[in-house]
Amino acid sequence: MSQRMLLEVQGISVSFDGFKAINNLSFNIGPAELRAIIGPNGAGKTTFMDIVTGKTRADSGDVTWGSKNVSLLKKSEHEIASMGIGRKFQRPTVFEEQTVTDNLMMALRNKRGPLDALFYAFSNDDQERVQETAEEIGLKDHTDRLAGELSHGQKQWLEIGMLLAQDPRLMLVDEPAAGMTGQERDHTVKLLKKMAETRAVIVVEHDMEFVRNLECKVTVLHEGAILDEGSLDHVIQNQEVIDVYLGR
Amino acid sequence: MDKTSKPFFLRYPSAMIFILCLAGFTIAVTIFSESVGNGIVSTSFLKTLGKTLCFCLVAIAMDLVWGYCGILSLGHFAFFGLGGYMIGMWLMYARTELIVLKASAGAALPLTPQELTDGIGTQIFGVVGGAKIPAIWAFADSLTIQLILVVLVPGVLAMVFGWLAFRSRVTGVYLSILTQAMTLALALYLFQNDSGLRGNNGLSGLQNLPGLEDAAQADISLWFFWASALALGLGYIVVKLIVESKLGNIIRGIRDDEARVRFLGYNVEAYKLFIFVLTAVIAAIAGALYYPQAGIINPAELAPIASIYLAVWVAIGGRGRIYGAVIGAAFVSLLSSWFTGGQAPDIPLGFYTIKWVDWWLVLLGASFVLVTLYAPKGIGGLFDKFGWGEKP
Repeated sequence: MSQRMLLEVQGISVSFDGFKAINNLSFNIGPAELRAIIGPNGAGKTTFMDIVTGKTRADSGDVTWGSKNVSLLKKSEHEIASMGIGRKFQRPTVFEEQTVTDNLMMALRNKRGPLDALFYAFSNDDQERVQETAEEIGLKDHTDRLAGELSHGQKQWLEIGMLLAQDPRLMLVDEPAAGMTGQERDHTVKLLKKMAETRAVIVVEHDMEFVRNLECKVTVLHEGAILDEGSLDHVIQNQEVIDVYLGR
Repeated sequence: MDKTSKPFFLRYPSAMIFILCLAGFTIAVTIFSESVGNGIVSTSFLKTLGKTLCFCLVAIAMDLVWGYCGILSLGHFAFFGLGGYMIGMWLMYARTELIVLKASAGAALPLTPQELTDGIGTQIFGVVGGAKIPAIWAFADSLTIQLILVVLVPGVLAMVFGWLAFRSRVTGVYLSILTQAMTLALALYLFQNDSGLRGNNGLSGLQNLPGLEDAAQADISLWFFWASALALGLGYIVVKLIVESKLGNIIRGIRDDEARVRFLGYNVEAYKLFIFVLTAVIAAIAGALYYPQAGIINPAELAPIASIYLAVWVAIGGRGRIYGAVIGAAFVSLLSSWFTGGQAPDIPLGFYTIKWVDWWLVLLGASFVLVTLYAPKGIGGLFDKFGWGEKP
């Protein structure tokens, strides 16, 4: 395969109690690319993310990362995360009992050991980064509020902000627009596009309008395998895609 | 963002208030003690107060591991007990050595090292039908080494246990059950006569300090009370610094959403192990201060129920608040000794008399259930109203 790929997924399969969640799936993404993954419920979108981030082990196949093609299959979640793969969950998961600032501060790229954390000082540089990130996600005036007090859309953004603060090379973003108003969606589209200028971003989304606005290559998953890949206009004309997904 | 610019006590007023209260309490008790004061506080009550301070210290450790890090350990009293055993070994050995030497003072020839060892062995282990000193007592004559072991033995046990449990991702009630099994297994082992720690007799006479035979119990008790107060104050400050650091943010994150912390790139298991071992060591230090005041330690102290009480104290006091743990431990343990000590008046109902010695546990259990259901913040939650600007 080409040297320029950031993440290469080669023929992975995984089954739960006989049910093949992922079936011989191969997938590549370059270092600065925006990609949308669509597919009906149970198509294996979330399982795919679980495998890449180390939450679920693949039964066969390989996942390799970076220019050195390091295999991710034997790595634990925190190792994969430290290598530069960030993840945003479907349900917004932020630390509700902590402030926006603290949420972002924890995500910042710093040493990750317990003693590093104990003796960590919130430096001016880091405070600035948190401020910048808060501004970018529209939470500049909410930095001292508890994350639990934010609206659903704001929580989604905070989680995206935590991804930004982590500064990963690949972001896996699960349904970022769920529960957002039209205006919030537009802002999210802009953010994702901007992030994809310097890194790889994979977005899983149900909302076709949202995917259209992303203006990127689309991968259609069905029954754990790739059904089609290409521009949105291309895939929605594929009869198979219409049958399994769009037509319902 | 003035977090780093102000001195510790101004940043955290609750810590300042606590330390001032503790200092005031210590001075007051000293003034009223039999040793230097007018004796309003009897020596036996002084010991009770000193022991209560040790309970408060172990409760702080429990709050850190459970209230902040979300690990409901029901085995931390095992570490408390082990700390007590480690210091108890020195206290008993060194004092017995002096007794044996004194008894032979009139003899024509001084004791050979072998005779001395045999004498000590018979004195200590005669009760379990032995005369030989077990290998684990090899360093019992050295206070320094036994003090190191106070920290090292429970620390290593916590590290091995925690490493095995956390590595396998055992969480929630399963972990609680494992910790119960750990403390039960340890207690059952210590109950055996050949455990080397005198079986169910345990270690006794710990209230006497070797080499200070002439010191009155009133004085010794006051020294231990001071030491306990100092340890509690230091423990409070250390734990406060931890929960206010980024480490505190991360362990609260682990408590609320472990998976999220993992995907931020933190090694959750390493953090849990760090907190588990640290709190085990704090518990052990509290135990090492407690048992010289109690005078005796036996394996029943490590029974599973003791660790459950510890969780009850912290729950009633209010977990996730350090002062809550202190209040809960002090309040419940003092109340407990009042009720079970026979001082509480029985309530005659005509057809039945409520005897508190029996009914106290029912009352405690009921209050635990009520607090859990209706006041999850515990007694410490009442202080939230004052708004010290500290988020739990």
